[in-house]
This record gives sequence, structure tokens and C-alpha cells, in this order.
Amino acid sequence: MNAVVSYLKSLTLFELVKGMSLTGRYLFERKITVQYPEEKTPQSARFRGLHALRRYANGEERCIACKLCEAVCPALAITIESEPRDDGTRRTTRYDIDLSKCIFCGFCEESCPVDSIVETRHFEYHGETRSDLLMTKQKLLANGDRFEAQIAADRAAEAAYR
Amino acid sequence: MTELLHQQLALYMPEMAATIAIMLLKIVVILLPLMGCVAYLTLLERKVIGYMQVRLGPNRVTFFGIPFLGGFGQPIADAFKLLMKEIIIPDGANKFLFLLAPIVALAPALAAWAVVPFGSEMVLTNINAGLLYILALTSLGVYGIIIAGWASNSKYAFLGAMRSAAQIVSYEIAMGFALVGVLVAAGSLNLGDIVQAQRGNLLTWFWIPLFPLFLIYFISGVAETNRAPFDVSEGESEIVAGFHVEYAGMGFALFFLAEYANMILISGLTSVMFFGGWMSPLPESMTHVPVIGTLLGDGIHWFVFKIFLFLFLFLWFRATFPRYRYDQIMRLGWKVFLPITIVWIVVVATLVVLKVPPWFATPTLAGAGA
Repeated sequence: MNAVVSYLKSLTLFELVKGMSLTGRYLFERKITVQYPEEKTPQSARFRGLHALRRYANGEERCIACKLCEAVCPALAITIESEPRDDGTRRTTRYDIDLSKCIFCGFCEESCPVDSIVETRHFEYHGETRSDLLMTKQKLLANGDRFEAQIAADRAAEAAYR
Repeated sequence: MTELLHQQLALYMPEMAATIAIMLLKIVVILLPLMGCVAYLTLLERKVIGYMQVRLGPNRVTFFGIPFLGGFGQPIADAFKLLMKEIIIPDGANKFLFLLAPIVALAPALAAWAVVPFGSEMVLTNINAGLLYILALTSLGVYGIIIAGWASNSKYAFLGAMRSAAQIVSYEIAMGFALVGVLVAAGSLNLGDIVQAQRGNLLTWFWIPLFPLFLIYFISGVAETNRAPFDVSEGESEIVAGFHVEYAGMGFALFFLAEYANMILISGLTSVMFFGGWMSPLPESMTHVPVIGTLLGDGIHWFVFKIFLFLFLFLWFRATFPRYRYDQIMRLGWKVFLPITIVWIVVVATLVVLKVPPWFATPTLAGAGA
């Protein structure tokens, strides 16, 4: 009996028609494509994008050249050189992040004792040469100035969990 | 109309030249829309499959910047991209055969349109052996694939070609038998006469008495064009791209054209053999409806409509079914389709002899002549 039923099923293309009715239904389903440049998916406040070096409100740079980020970086993307400044504080003379090495793990941002190096939500950048992807101290500070409002807001929103 | 044009042309050029000019004109009139359909079929495919996968499909390349036609420039952009690309001939390839293969693949797909009737008088060459001509030409298409696979001197291409050859030879037989059924029912090899034999409405077309043969013809057609779920010769997940893995630029584009032209051809032939070609599915009396009466009557628009219906099925199949395993393809062709067609030919012959209405009550055209 089962054999007869299975023969009948295959001869009437029962399962094929069933499958096609499924795809046929999906033809009229609402499409879930996000049309990227016009529409964007929501971002987390913890999003790890382009790096930035922050400043204090008085304009003083936060980084004290402790080199924890350089030590923790698993991809060895960070290079730091430091010297005492004229007022006796220790500051970086060189702070490079090679974005072509960086794996955006966020360890640098976690290790930073003064909340200086952070990863912003900005991810839509590109470089046409390798040197474009080498973020120098100037570029990183400029990023910090550019995104400070967003960075501060994200930090405040996540403060309870940090 | 062509006679009138012929007379006019004959005033300016020798008789022979006028005849050739008119023939060329007819070919252009058939091939240009066909090529346009092929180009936009690729877009339709990507759109339909995209929609079935809950995506949008291509919608970025606009047509001359008209905003609501997003995606309509895609086939043109694709064609230009392929035209601009370098044609790479692999080191160990047989250069002559390598370049010949795409042409051999495309030519039969286009040549077969010579006998396809678009309307009661609209056919390029009205030959009586039309069905045989179609069978011969659709079989020739496989040579393009075999030559491509052989000339590429690549193991993936060769595997693809071998698979495709065995598959097409197997399904050719079931397809041929399905057409024998049509031949018995219509009593003619002339495609125009086959359509005329189905005169009436939706219910007098051959798809009802020949239903199993229709299914087998269409499924064999999908197999013949190497479309999913029978695309083992391409098998991108197993053998990269099969027979056209070594082709780039225009050679690749020609294989693509051939595949889609073949799809249109199979759809057209299915509607001619089983779905009354240019005939309207509505009864004759509907033509007296005012204003849209001519649209409801017979005409090329019904033929085009039916072709698109079957093309949509091709795309629907591709969106739905996973690829057949190779031995399953062989089993289906030899152990399922072949016996069913043979049995159904006997059934059809019985129906014809018994003059079963409404399909076979009136003597067929061949019967009337004999």
C-alpha cells in the first residue's frame, strides 16, 4: 500500500508542486533587503569601527603613553614612541595604528586606563594607498575631535556595564 | 506585405538581391527582439529568484536615469562589461575549437526559430518537416558544449562536457517520443499545422490528451538546456562552472546567450506543441467583444504570453529545486520518462483512432489530405 502511495506521489509530482507553492508564496512576501546607502541597519553603542584618540574637555590629549594598548594588541598593529614633554608629563611622540593589520577586536579600547583610544561607530572609510590606512597620531586625534559627541554619548549609555 | 516590399526592392536591384535582402530583413526582425528578450530574461531571472529568496534583486543600474526603472540598465551594463573583457585562451587549449564552440552552441538555438510559427501566416520558412528540423537543431546544441569542454583542456570543463553529453543524449530520446505523441495527435510535422490541429479554445489544445507527454517534454526541455535542477554540466558547487570554466568575455557571453535563447526556444515549442501556439484560450465568440475583441482573439501576443509563462516556470524551478544527482538524472530519463512516453503514445493512438471528441473528432489535416 505504501509503495502505491509513494508511486502515486511521485507520478503526480506532489512533492515538487508543494515545494514550488512554497517558493511561490515567498515571491509575494515582503522583502527584507536593506538598501544600504539609503537605509542602514541599527548599530550598537559598542560598535567597533574606526579608531580615535580622545581629548579632555580642556583640549589636553588623554593618552599618557602607558603602552598597554600596544602590549595587548594581538595583531601588533599599534606602534608607540614617547618622551617627557616640556612640563614634565609623559606623552606620545608617535602613535600609529596600521588599519591593514588591525582586527578590530577592541582590546586597545578595553585596556586603556584613561579612555583615550576608542573605536568609533564610523566604518565607512577607505584608503587608496597603504599609507592612507596607517592612522597617525594627528589623524587619530582629528577622528576624536570629529566624533567626540557620539563617543561621549555612547560611553555614557554603556557606563552601567563597564 | 513581403511581396509588395519585394516588388519595390526589385526596382532598384536584381531579383535575386531583393529576395536575399527580404530574407535578411525577416531574420533581423526575428532575431533582434529575441536578443532583447534574452538580455532582459537574465534580469527577470535575477529578479524572480531574488524575490523568491525574499531579496530585491538588481535595482541599481537605471535606464537612462529614469528613476522607477532601477535595474533595467543591468543587462546592458553586463553585456558591455563582457564585451570589454579580454578573451583569454588557455595555454593547452585547441585554439580553433575553443573559439568555434560558443558559436556552435549559439547558432542552432537561433536557427531553430526559422520554422516556429508566430501567427497563422507569420513564419520564416513554412516547411513540412518542421518538427524534424527542430529535433535536429536542438540536438546540435550539445556539440557546442562538448567541443567547449574538450578544447578547454581542463578537467572541470571536460567533466562538465561529458556529463552534459550523456544527459542530453538520454533526454533527447524521451523528448523525441513525446514529440511522436504530438505528431500522432496532429497528423503533421508542420508546426503551423500542429497549431491549427488544436483550433478551438483552452480545452481543445493538446495539453489535456497529451498531459504526461507535455510534462515530460517540458522537463526534458529543462534538462536539454542544462538548467536547474538538471545543471550538472555547469554544477558550480562541484566542478566550478563546468564546460565554460575557461571562457572569459565574449565567449562566455555567447554561452550565456545560447542557454537563454534555448530556454526561450523550448518555451516557444512547448506552447506550439501543447498549448496552441498563437491561439487564444477564449472561445471564438469572445472576439466580438467591442474594443478589446482583437486582443482576445488569436494573435502573436498570446504566443508571447505563453512563452513568458513557461519561462517563468524555468525560473521558478531554479529557485525551488536542488540539483539532481547524476545517477538520478539517468534513472529519471531512462527508467521513468521513456516507459511513460511509450505507453502514452499507445493511449494517444487509441484516442485518435476512436476519434475522441473534442480533440480528435474532426479529421486531422493529414487525414483530410489522405
